[in-house]
Amino acid sequence: MREIALHVLDIMQNSVAAGSSRIEAILTADYDTGTLTVMIGDDGCGMDKEMLEKVTDPFTTTRTTRRVGLGIPLLKASCERSGGSFQISSEKGSGTTVTAVFGIDHIDRPVLGDLAGVVTDMSAAFPSMDITLRLVNGAKQFSYSSSQTMRILGEVPISEPAVVKWLKEYINEGIKDIFGGVLSEITG
Amino acid sequence: MKSLAELEEIRKNTLDQIKMRTNKEGIRVVVGMATCGIAAGARPVMNALVEEIGKRRLRDVSVTMTGCIGVCRLEPIVEVYDADGSKVTYVKMTPEKAARVVAEHIVNGRVCQDLTIGAAEAAEK
Repeated sequence: MREIALHVLDIMQNSVAAGSSRIEAILTADYDTGTLTVMIGDDGCGMDKEMLEKVTDPFTTTRTTRRVGLGIPLLKASCERSGGSFQISSEKGSGTTVTAVFGIDHIDRPVLGDLAGVVTDMSAAFPSMDITLRLVNGAKQFSYSSSQTMRILGEVPISEPAVVKWLKEYINEGIKDIFGGVLSEITG
Repeated sequence: MKSLAELEEIRKNTLDQIKMRTNKEGIRVVVGMATCGIAAGARPVMNALVEEIGKRRLRDVSVTMTGCIGVCRLEPIVEVYDADGSKVTYVKMTPEKAARVVAEHIVNGRVCQDLTIGAAEAAEK
């Protein structure tokens, strides 16, 4: 995958398959450690210990566990390539959290990509879920929540073209404000 | 900076349009958005579909995503469910092909035979 946003989309699809009602993505830039941490947490069905040990290995995946497939190994490889690390924790019945750390200025860190588009499209496609995005850079923060957006919109769905367009612009402004100049591909 | 108050404005503006919409069952477009689809370029394909459908103001067409459809080597895959429930599966999609499917299949009801899974499998033989 060429973009962090595509990894986020991929991991979020796992959360959907796990029957989550809430998916949260938190991106944190840390100057001191020179890292960008992407955390995706859900309240889905989770995994037992045995499964958890297997998910980062693409080749132990059996047919019944196929829905995990290559997504997690690809993300893990991407993190490690950029001098970062990867972690996944899960508890059967209460949810899963994936933590992907990238070296922020490493030449092999994937670009952020169309994160606003991914979050907007996920919100439009799964209106029964609360999809939240939080961007953190020191004291600066940006938050988005699909359930809050839906409360304001009332009977108008997020999938309305006018809403989609506005949301993408809104989230992109947040990305620019929080990560502009911090991630080299985003100008402040 | 944008504020959430602007959403309220959008809500008011679109509410009337929604009420005017017909209740008839429309066409459903489904994009495979699992690891295989995403890696093969399903995002740009979905963006092209949404953009083209928005541009033409097609009101009764919905675009959604799903997981792995099963033939990963033919991704990106787009399925078009017509109002009568019949399904056409398009494979190895690109944004350009997606625009063509909207114009020919969704607007004019002519299936793009050369882009279907049937055509792809026949070519492989």
